Amino acid sequence: MDEATRFFRNRTITIALATLGILAVNLVAGGYLQFNVSKAVSDMPNGIVWMFSNFIPSKGSLEKLPIILRQLLTTVMISIAASCISAILAIVLAVIGSESVGLKKPVPFIVRTIASVFRNIPTVAWALILLFSFKQSEFTGFLALFLTGFGYLTRCFLETIDEVSAGAVEALRATGASYGQLIAQAVIPLTATAVLSWVLYMIETNVRDATLIGILTGTGIGFVFDMYYKSFRYDAAALVIVCIVLVVIALELTSNLIRRMIL
Amino acid sequence: MTQNPTLNQAQDSAKGNLLEIRGLTKYYIKERAALNDVSFDLHYGELVSVIGPSGSGKSTLLRCINRMIEPTAGSIVFSGQEVIKLRRKELRMLRRRISMVFQHYNLVHRLTAVENVLHGRLGYKSTIAGMIGLYSESEKMKALDILAQLDIIDYSYVRIDRLSGGQMQRVGIARALVQDPLLILCDEPIASLDPKSARVIMGYLRAIADTYGIACLVNLHQVDFAIEYSDRIIALRDGEKVFDGNPNMLSTEMIEEVYGIAPDASQITPQIPLEPFDG
Repeated sequence: MDEATRFFRNRTITIALATLGILAVNLVAGGYLQFNVSKAVSDMPNGIVWMFSNFIPSKGSLEKLPIILRQLLTTVMISIAASCISAILAIVLAVIGSESVGLKKPVPFIVRTIASVFRNIPTVAWALILLFSFKQSEFTGFLALFLTGFGYLTRCFLETIDEVSAGAVEALRATGASYGQLIAQAVIPLTATAVLSWVLYMIETNVRDATLIGILTGTGIGFVFDMYYKSFRYDAAALVIVCIVLVVIALELTSNLIRRMIL
Repeated sequence: MTQNPTLNQAQDSAKGNLLEIRGLTKYYIKERAALNDVSFDLHYGELVSVIGPSGSGKSTLLRCINRMIEPTAGSIVFSGQEVIKLRRKELRMLRRRISMVFQHYNLVHRLTAVENVLHGRLGYKSTIAGMIGLYSESEKMKALDILAQLDIIDYSYVRIDRLSGGQMQRVGIARALVQDPLLILCDEPIASLDPKSARVIMGYLRAIADTYGIACLVNLHQVDFAIEYSDRIIALRDGEKVFDGNPNMLSTEMIEEVYGIAPDASQITPQIPLEPFDG
């Protein structure tokens, strides 16, 4: 038997085994959960009908609009504040932790570790942890957004700085420029637009996450939604969702517009 | 900030050695020397090309002179001053008089041409003034004067990312000139340019050496350009100096020995004259 036949036969066997394996895992997991495929499919239309009959903002729910909008504004403001403050801290850490303009040996490693730790703990987990010490307050929500955002932005800025400014930094260093001049005259002009773009993205993400965090911390738009939902005011809860979606879309359009202007 | 007195005196003397390199050696890894016991002198206003295949140590040699790379051993005396021993602040003072031109221009793309040229003055300024870009009137005039000399005055207020490669390299040379250098280190200045722009750039370097008496040490891949434009050629192979002499002494056998092949040397273009500027 020649090599080609053996190779293709083995490949067919591997693919067949992999397919069987995935099916088996699925069956085991479904069996453990007593998941019934036919029942799930037949329940689907009922679910959709229920959603459309209950989750439609009614005339009565419009009275709640001022409360909803006020809380929504709070949430958006907290998200913007958390994004901006985390960006300031992140840029400082990214500069001292970068390869091209960073400080001496252990600093970049420490910065990368800190960024990685804060980034990999989900925002919701931060909110749960912080609830113990800061209780149900807006500050808890702010801190949770701030900590994750800061880890994420540090990582983004680190890559931006190293990618974009290595050449100019070398040139300025060769002219005898000092460290501060290097940062102000090369690194900042070269990274400003990318940094701004990341901050805009962070604000968008934070508004989405803030809704979820608000449910936990009992503040902002998340709390309003939770309250209506648990008191069976589904029409008002639906209005909250519509408002959130509109704000998120508006934010994304605005930040796209700003991006187009600065690039 | 005061200027280094020895450097000022040195500028006046038209004879003698600007740069004396002895036994310069650099190891990145223990097993192989990137630069092995290289010695040579450079006179005021001399244009010397360094040729050699990739990895022969050309870039390392250039960057050891202003200590962008720390040499492992050897001595570098620049206008009477031992470079190896300089401390951080003294090193910054030294770098003001040794400017650098790069293959990829290394400009700040989001700033205008004139702002990039003024970066050449940063070494002369206080940290704060440099950070906020506070330049004196005479510095601004000088930057614009040099841009005019290099025939890109029309692009002074244009952002770098709108310029062509040849124009960017002229901005790079302008940044080097505004430093008031005694020596310009050019690392493959024409390697990313088309032949026509390459001739313009080499013509400017030749004119800078002749008109202002600024020495140029130029890393080149193109042997024909080296022969045409240099006063002297140094050839490196595997980190060692294998040739040092007049371009007409560089035989075909020698080139073959350096590269393993014979590149053709031809074509001659007129040189580009420069007017002296007040500086």
